[in-house]
Amino acid sequence: MMRILIDLWEGIKIAFQALRASKMRTLLTTLGIVIGISTVIMIHSIIIGLNQSFYTSISALGSDTLYIGKFSWMSRTDWIEARNRKDMTLKREAKAIKEYATLAKAVAPTVTAQRAVKYESETLKDVNIIGTNDEYAITSNVVPEFGRMLSKQDVDHRRNVCVIGWEVSDKVFKNKNPLGRDLLIGSHRFRIIGILEKRGNLLGNNLDNQVIIPIGIFQKLYGSRRWITIEVKVTEPGIIEEAKDEITGILRRVRKVAPQHENDFAINQQDMIADMYKRLTTALYAFAFGVGSIALIVGGIGIMNILLVSVTERTKEIGIRKAIGARNKDIMLQFLIESLVVTAIGGIIGIIAGFVFAKIIAASTFLSATISPVSIAIGVIFIFIVGTFFGLFPAYKAAKLDPIEALRYE
Amino acid sequence: MLIEFEDIKKIYQVGTEEVGALQGISLKIDENEYLAIMGPSGSGKSTLMNILGCLDTPTSGIYKFSNELVSDMNDDQLAEIRNRQIGFVFQTFNLLPRATALHNVELPMIYNGTPSSKRKKIAADALERVGLGDRMSHRPNELSGGQRQRVAIARALVNKPKIILADEPTGNLDTRTGEEIMEIFEQLHEQGNTIILVTHEEYIAEHTNRIIRLRDGKMERDESL
Repeated sequence: MMRILIDLWEGIKIAFQALRASKMRTLLTTLGIVIGISTVIMIHSIIIGLNQSFYTSISALGSDTLYIGKFSWMSRTDWIEARNRKDMTLKREAKAIKEYATLAKAVAPTVTAQRAVKYESETLKDVNIIGTNDEYAITSNVVPEFGRMLSKQDVDHRRNVCVIGWEVSDKVFKNKNPLGRDLLIGSHRFRIIGILEKRGNLLGNNLDNQVIIPIGIFQKLYGSRRWITIEVKVTEPGIIEEAKDEITGILRRVRKVAPQHENDFAINQQDMIADMYKRLTTALYAFAFGVGSIALIVGGIGIMNILLVSVTERTKEIGIRKAIGARNKDIMLQFLIESLVVTAIGGIIGIIAGFVFAKIIAASTFLSATISPVSIAIGVIFIFIVGTFFGLFPAYKAAKLDPIEALRYE
Repeated sequence: MLIEFEDIKKIYQVGTEEVGALQGISLKIDENEYLAIMGPSGSGKSTLMNILGCLDTPTSGIYKFSNELVSDMNDDQLAEIRNRQIGFVFQTFNLLPRATALHNVELPMIYNGTPSSKRKKIAADALERVGLGDRMSHRPNELSGGQRQRVAIARALVNKPKIILADEPTGNLDTRTGEEIMEIFEQLHEQGNTIILVTHEEYIAEHTNRIIRLRDGKMERDESL
């Protein structure tokens, strides 16, 4: 054991000596490895970052909430076909679910539009205006930081009141307290009754850039022929499939879908996005693996090439070492270690570069990046595989040199 | 008996022709002998030296080193014999150019697993013995020819080998420096080492006690002085 450690340590020292003698060449040789490993590390860091922001983000979509509308999130059905389906309405679908779905804890029909909002001289464009009812607080899991949410009375009497998102409050009202003031949505006045806590993003949608108003007033002002999504929170998380079956039955009945026809509506849930996301990241991983592998193979061949040159250049040295007692495996180990050291230099630069690139991308785009020990482990594994695999042939060639011929080599 | 050669032959295949570099050599060398192998080029003395030094194996015949049958050994076993039993001194010194004198002398001990601290001490002692105590951290290109050959001799000594095999050790040195090197060999012989010189210079060979002359792959003469 001690012997192996001494051998390894000596090998590493010899490798560094040899590499110091040709610094530039070593550095250039590692370029392929740097590119390969940094690509893998970068994409891995970004995917991990994406995962974290994705799962925090879709947690805004409760896992026990169903989103019922004409369109499926999975878009397996033809969009044109789905567009021509009967609209969801408050009086028919929303009412039926509210009345008959025993597994629904809360039912909130929602409808959205984008409008500019204004207070005094401050205007904020493209704010998401959401028309809904008092149960939206439960289905979408939002709580006001100040004030209150819509009440049943607000909704029933179509009061001109609104609950504003954190960003709307911040940007339009700055340091003023918005509660009790009137916000102009388009050209209509709404009394502010609540401010939501900060919620972040949902798949690129800014959840803080919104204003919630009673659905009745929404339809009166912006028209009632808009696509409605009915959000349903089930009574307990475990029964989501049963709830879907129950709602499917109710909707087929009220929408008069003939038994031989397929559903002309879609019941969506968080899982579907997660599934889709998983498929996307798998594709990204495959891409990273592809690009990384190619770069690593190219880099590995570069290392092999340089090592072969090095073996030829150092034929005499190999002869001397063999003459004074180096066994074939000593020479083999020496060149394998050299290969591993070169690969490791490239790999370490690559790992660092990968993290730096990932952070740069995270800083300059909406993507995020997380440095994880797993990324480093992946880098180290690649270093070992590439270093060993591409070092093997030059090392074998060096080990098999005939000591007499090697000594004679000039 | 330290070395026994029994009808050693070395035959090279050159194209379709067989060339007998050694055509049946038998000889015995005792411990603490000091001998020279001489002969013109093409006489087979290099081949003989390579086989003596376990760098090469004979085509046929029996080579025993300390009663061990060398002619049957594999690469690793030969490497081990070279490492522990034989110290080489070459005409062109054959030092590692990038390594310091100390590291060059340490080298044989790296291959038998001597720990670093012990190695450094032995190597430093060996350099002291050849009068290079003040040149340890010099690289070969910072040393004169004579100094380089002293480093090589120090390297040959560190594993306490049974024989020192020197191939034209003064061939690249001027006469005066050559004499200095020969003095070192003489001292080593007096200290009990077995030394085999390969040379084509009569005045070098005359330092030894026994001269073996080769011609055309055969032993021409074996004379004790």
